[in-house]
Amino acid sequence: MYTPHTPDEIAAMLAAVGAPSLEALSDPPKGLEIRTPFDVAAALPEAEAFADIARMAEANGASRMISFLGAGAYRHYRPPAAAWFATRSEFLTAYTPYQAEASQGSLQAIFEWQTYMCLLTGMDVSNASVYDGSTAMVEGAIMATHATEKRRFGVSRAVHPLYRSVLQTYAEGMGLEIVELPVDGDGRTQLTGDRAGDLAAVIVQSPNFFGCIEDVAAAAALAHAKGALLIQVIAEALSLGVLKSPRELGADIAVGEAQSFGMPIGYGGPYAGFVATRREHVRRLPGRLVGETRDVDGRRAYVLTLQGREQHIRRELATSNICTNQALCALIATAYLATVGARGLRAIATANLARARMLAGRIASISGFSPAHRAPFFNEFTVRTPEPAADLVRRLERHGILAGVPVSRYYPDLTHDLLVCATETTTDADADRFAQALREEVAHAVAAV
Amino acid sequence: MPSLLFELGARGRGSDFVSDAGRPEQFLDRDVLRDAPPIPDLTELEVARHFTELSHRNFNVDANFYPLGSCTMKYNPKVDEAVANFPGFTELHPLAPDDQAQGALELLWRMERALSSLFGMTRFSLMPAAGAHGELTAMLMAKKYFKLRGESERVTCIVPDTAHGTNPASAAMVGFRVVAVPSTPRGHTDLKALQNRLDGSIAVCMMTNPNTLGLFEDDIVEMTRAVHAAGGLMYYDGANANAIVGLCRPGDMGFDLMHLNLHKTFSVPHGGGGPGSGPVGASKRLSAYLPVPLVSRDAGGVFRLDSGVEHSVGAVRAFWSHFLAVVRAYAYVIVHGAPGLAQNSRLAVLNANYLRAKVKEILTVPYDDACRHEFVCSAEALKKATGVRALDLAKGLLDAGIHAPTMYWPHVVPECLMIEPTETETKATLDGFVETLRELVDLARRDPEAVKALPRRTPVRRVDEAQAGRLANKGIGLRWEPGAQAERSESS
Repeated sequence: MYTPHTPDEIAAMLAAVGAPSLEALSDPPKGLEIRTPFDVAAALPEAEAFADIARMAEANGASRMISFLGAGAYRHYRPPAAAWFATRSEFLTAYTPYQAEASQGSLQAIFEWQTYMCLLTGMDVSNASVYDGSTAMVEGAIMATHATEKRRFGVSRAVHPLYRSVLQTYAEGMGLEIVELPVDGDGRTQLTGDRAGDLAAVIVQSPNFFGCIEDVAAAAALAHAKGALLIQVIAEALSLGVLKSPRELGADIAVGEAQSFGMPIGYGGPYAGFVATRREHVRRLPGRLVGETRDVDGRRAYVLTLQGREQHIRRELATSNICTNQALCALIATAYLATVGARGLRAIATANLARARMLAGRIASISGFSPAHRAPFFNEFTVRTPEPAADLVRRLERHGILAGVPVSRYYPDLTHDLLVCATETTTDADADRFAQALREEVAHAVAAV
Repeated sequence: MPSLLFELGARGRGSDFVSDAGRPEQFLDRDVLRDAPPIPDLTELEVARHFTELSHRNFNVDANFYPLGSCTMKYNPKVDEAVANFPGFTELHPLAPDDQAQGALELLWRMERALSSLFGMTRFSLMPAAGAHGELTAMLMAKKYFKLRGESERVTCIVPDTAHGTNPASAAMVGFRVVAVPSTPRGHTDLKALQNRLDGSIAVCMMTNPNTLGLFEDDIVEMTRAVHAAGGLMYYDGANANAIVGLCRPGDMGFDLMHLNLHKTFSVPHGGGGPGSGPVGASKRLSAYLPVPLVSRDAGGVFRLDSGVEHSVGAVRAFWSHFLAVVRAYAYVIVHGAPGLAQNSRLAVLNANYLRAKVKEILTVPYDDACRHEFVCSAEALKKATGVRALDLAKGLLDAGIHAPTMYWPHVVPECLMIEPTETETKATLDGFVETLRELVDLARRDPEAVKALPRRTPVRRVDEAQAGRLANKGIGLRWEPGAQAERSESS
């Protein structure tokens, strides 16, 4: 156990308090005592707890399989340096940096995160991070309602379905209206029509859920012509290593998921969402912000700022209810970006381009398989399959391969589409095994018919 | 002074990390490509020196005592870190088939059972990312509950004047109208005032128990009865749950909804402000509104992500939870068991009362009843006598290597310091804190200016918050910009 009290100390402390016993001091009022035993296992010694949890970790076969899963969570190489520095006790066990004099390390790291997010998105200002990519998108939408005083959103159907479902949850609670923008046969958002009228913002993801790089500039032009903002969602942050920044494409708000910057996929979290925008929207940013200032001796210092927007000051009038950011995850991302630098980031992103094309070529060479879309892609792409993709995925599991996400999981009518991801960690041998397994399974299916 | 990363490095440093894959232009048209990302290239040693230097400029639980009210800065056992780093968890994709993620699903299922049992709820969702996210989730559930009952006229959310700021902010986000209830002179929520605010518009009453003054709400059962009788729901803010784990249960008090902060009560490290984890619990009648997916176990003992929740509000984030945070909290639960968790709560209460008994010899303790895990004191009398404020005492503590208590909150106490020692601190540490506080107050009486000039030994001294705010309002000073630092120091 991790409490230090000896019986003598407890007795001395009770005497100082004037309480007859520990129970007398801490029992609940009469009538609220626990009457039924807890459904919690008896305490395990630390060594056994460690072993018990190790057993559960081992029981996740997917963690050891060759994986082509992406869709918002990406298995990348994580240079050990990033987590090594970022998870030092001094960062890991610190509190939120309200006391600036005692928190310059965390504050400067957040300031550096804000800077990295601005440099990569091309934006002027970034917040200190939010829960994840999906909630970043929601916060971006809320910013747009404040900026335009409108509550209607045009959201591309090619935005990650989980992100859209989170927006839908918030929208129902907050009275926002969602209009879906259809996807054309080429896997990209259809921007024709007059659906942008009276919108707070148009929301597109690029690269989108199907892997396609969208024409964000055209979407921005359309949104702006109708007085709406353009929010670009980036679920794969590594793409910012080679693709044009959201600002260059005309986006007003860039939101996304920074998991690819050094965070483990970890069965879905914790990750770090980012929200960056142009200077004019700075007061609409949700959550924490760190600013630069001086101390009384004139030394450069950092401090939480614009707290007048936040819940602990404004209560029900706050711009958001967010209280925490993802400081440690943002710090890992910051250390990752520092470690790989411009050169590494570009090289790793380029390797993703190369590996994904290598894999796409291997798959397209199999009879019956073809690319579902012609649009350019980063490290993910959709494959048209000769039989339902969900069936293939199940059968590939027996080969020790996670073949990707059957698109029908989220788009029930797209039964023969498989979303596949390759990263810098995908080897030629992985791709060969994948292609071989696909060949065998399709041949079996044909033989069975 | 540490440089910023952007003031370090040089073009020509760094490495590729992967074998040469060519140039982006070989794979994509130029019109979608950017130039080289405008970030610095550093060597790993530069990165090491940088972050190690930054780390030395941080207080942290492994080095410093944090008597930080409402934040539960207990020690974070290192076994929790070790198990959260098992590759079977870190390399597990959230969209992996359930059959190949049985261990992770089992852990989530076990954690849900433990929390439901410990807090008297029917089910818990582990999905919310933080306490405030849990609150918002619960407000969405309440709103949908009333909508489906055809009671959309219920829009009032009652919060005590001592409530956390996230309570009214979360309620307002779903369109609830926030009504405050005052506290009694003894520091409890005023039952009569609460009853007077109940009418047909009541949706939810959000309560923290023990409240933020550290006092158990003796009338809690009467309050929940009154709110239920008026057709409203009771919401338990679990920020102060460290006082009650294993001792009593929000479900038994009559609460319908609640959240926990696993980073407080269950020892997930705070990480300098996140990630947290904010599970939401629901009573029987609210369980059908929890976010999806939940984890279920079939008769054959197979675990599944289960989206079959009848009236679910939907998903509140992508994927299923802050999973690696839940793993840490689960380790904490199983090394303690229910009796160990209860003993921790008792010792947290003992440490707080011991400090209360000592601190009241130095500062005013306005509600001098037995407290739970925390208590508040006031420097109002000291300020009148010497001009030294709660803020100055807080900064003086920093100078002595002790993190400041929570300051100026709750607002009902002038010059408030809120103190929560947690159960992991030794009596010697508590005695040292009391001595430091006594010396500071003595110094304030002799030489108030000396206290106002503290801290002196921290990496920086008091900072100009107003200056940062003025610039930030214009979107300036929130990031490094080439040459900007020089310009600003010239203009200021």
